[in-house]
Amino acid sequence: MQASAPKSQMELTMPTPTNSSALGASEGTSASTIKLSATDLNFHYGSFQALHGISMKIYANRVTAFIGPSGCGKSTFLRTLNRLNEAVRNTRVDGTVLLDGQDIHDIEVSELRRRVGMVFQRSNPFPKSIFENVAYGLRINGMASNRARLREAVEQSLRRAALWDEVKDKLNQSAYGLSGGQQQRLCIARALAVNPEVLLLDEPCSALDPIATAKIEDLIFQLKDSCTIVIVTHNMQQAARVADFTGFFLLGRLIEFDGTTVIFKNPAKKETEDYVTGRFG
Amino acid sequence: MRHFVEELEQLKTKLLEMGALVEASIQRSISAVTQKDRSASEEVFRNEKRINAIELEIDDFAINLLALHQPMAADLRLIVAALKINTDLERMGDLSVNIAQRALSLMEGPMIKPMIDIPHIAGLVQSMVRKSLDAFVRRDADLARSVLASDDAVDSLRTACYHELVSFMEQDTSNIQQSLALLSVTRNLERIADHSTNVAEDVLFLVKGVDVRHHAELQQKKDASGG
Repeated sequence: MQASAPKSQMELTMPTPTNSSALGASEGTSASTIKLSATDLNFHYGSFQALHGISMKIYANRVTAFIGPSGCGKSTFLRTLNRLNEAVRNTRVDGTVLLDGQDIHDIEVSELRRRVGMVFQRSNPFPKSIFENVAYGLRINGMASNRARLREAVEQSLRRAALWDEVKDKLNQSAYGLSGGQQQRLCIARALAVNPEVLLLDEPCSALDPIATAKIEDLIFQLKDSCTIVIVTHNMQQAARVADFTGFFLLGRLIEFDGTTVIFKNPAKKETEDYVTGRFG
Repeated sequence: MRHFVEELEQLKTKLLEMGALVEASIQRSISAVTQKDRSASEEVFRNEKRINAIELEIDDFAINLLALHQPMAADLRLIVAALKINTDLERMGDLSVNIAQRALSLMEGPMIKPMIDIPHIAGLVQSMVRKSLDAFVRRDADLARSVLASDDAVDSLRTACYHELVSFMEQDTSNIQQSLALLSVTRNLERIADHSTNVAEDVLFLVKGVDVRHHAELQQKKDASGG
């Protein structure tokens, strides 16, 4: 199966790749700056090949969503974008991933993960205060020269994560005292503290109620002005709501990648159609 | 999923029931004019009530499907197309009522001329309506495109009819009342043809996912602006 080239179709609300032979290229649209690009990416867990020749371009200051059934490789692909899979033993990756045109393997891994932050499915605050959770990344990266600067940076991150008003009076309390939705926004604040250029979100709302989910989605909308966002989600309505571009994965392959409205209104591939209409399998 | 697929089938069935009623209304309204058949007019008036009721049922059903299932891709296009076709069919029903009303006024005296053009236009219009509904049932984009192509022929015939009836009125003022009624019939037939082209456009959206409405107008505007 080959992923289709994006179709030539005008979008009213978001840019869509137009005339290109490569997946995700976007000449002639306002979303023309490529932040990340993967080419012929293969990934193996031992003898099992989890990703097959994934090629995709991810645009700066846009939200890109990956959808697909469990085990399709979308989270694995997400984790290759900041080399998180390297932490898993007995894995192998080939192909290239470029961040601003530079091979991510030529970037020192801690620097890469500062530039490409990640938020996971289950919120995982540190067993520390709310303040210290956000300050942690700033400290280890030497990004705050004094206490006042640190406080300022923590406040700014909490504000960007739309959490400041809810926690400003209890910054020294344990992060575990926050609700699930607040903890997830705290994790986003923690990721934002080190000013990442890309934020990878792996099913960030799967454990949240609709109100907390709506807050995270609003946040994603606001953050894309300053960040490139890639989100893995099982919730197709969420992908439809927040993403500018959507990629559909199946059995380790990228089946289709296009503007979100194209994927959900008129996908080119039958596999995509079957999945988004719930006729999969 | 299975339940949702069954509900989509119910939506299509309901829409086809509506289509059959509207086709019957158009056919009976034309008979009322050409055969001077009063009972045909009355049948059209009765049908209208049923058509209006089904329109509401279809709207309600389709909106519930949108709200409860959040459909995507082809399912989404089907429901959106069904909502729009529903509106067009209801309007066709109204227009056939207009024709049936004109038919009653034409029953009063002898015709000022043999009825040739109106049956011809009516035949074309009925064919367009039937083809647009067949295209919907069969998801046939080619058949839908053929409906779009027929619209120009109806417009030309209607214009020719208009000129002829105006000349009748100029020749003899006693022809005015009947000529105006006949003009109204042709106008309503032409409007039905327009609605059947809307249905055909909705079928193209359903099948191909493309919006072909106002294509010529938009191209002209683009050409005029040099874009």
